Amino acid sequence: MQVFTCIFLQTQKVNMDEMDKVFKALADPSRRRLLDRLHVKNGQSLNELRDGLEMTRQAVTQHLALLEQANLVAVQRKGREKLHFLNPVPVYEIYARWIRKFEQQPLSALHDLKVNLERKSDEK
Amino acid sequence: MKNDVTRFVYVTFIRTTPDRLWSALTTPTFVKQFWFGMTIETEWKAGSPWKLLFPDGRVADAGEIAAFDPPTRFVIKWRNEWKPELKAEGFSHCTFELEPLDGVVKLTVTHEIELADSKLIQAVSGGWPQILSNLKSLLETGEAALKSSVGKH
Repeated sequence: MQVFTCIFLQTQKVNMDEMDKVFKALADPSRRRLLDRLHVKNGQSLNELRDGLEMTRQAVTQHLALLEQANLVAVQRKGREKLHFLNPVPVYEIYARWIRKFEQQPLSALHDLKVNLERKSDEK
Repeated sequence: MKNDVTRFVYVTFIRTTPDRLWSALTTPTFVKQFWFGMTIETEWKAGSPWKLLFPDGRVADAGEIAAFDPPTRFVIKWRNEWKPELKAEGFSHCTFELEPLDGVVKLTVTHEIELADSKLIQAVSGGWPQILSNLKSLLETGEAALKSSVGKH
């Protein structure tokens, strides 16, 4: 039993480290922008991703490396090309751990009340 | 990437061994636990028919095992069977790859079809993160994180 608890706690700790990486990767607006670009078109090369962005090639490469370490971006090689794919699994895990858990009726009732009251005060 | 291909890639790292993960992916009673009660029917060898059934027995998707190389890779030729507009898109390919790294196994699921803006790939994209997250949780802690699917498909 103790061994099991120990493995369980260890697993939880490693999962925390993984999630730290995801939150840190998401904390940067340039990296979020790269994820948005992949959401619009999945499987882009470095050059495609850079197109129209005011970022150096080196900066984009570094941001992509961090996103890959956080497992938010998966890379596949096709010949000489390296294609980047948005990996939604960690984002889903954030949703399951940090959003769904708090999505309860009372909270949405409070939110509705706030929206209603604010709308009424706007109408005056 | 060619413009007439829709490909989504899902990656998760699971603290287990390739053999355990392989067995989890190919044992119907285990699959049921992380795949929201869905049942897989196949003989698990290259060329054998493959079916994914809803808990009530209706066929959700069908096709065949296109490649089978334990414990590193298998490919399913996969067509939706219950939504006419998705069935009309024809066969997609879903590849499972297992790569052992330092104490973990990297599982990559690539689902693709030779078609631009595929509705099928879009439809299953909500499901894969939940299924993989459930599988990880089940193998690492013995419990599925979620018993029923959230959202569509």
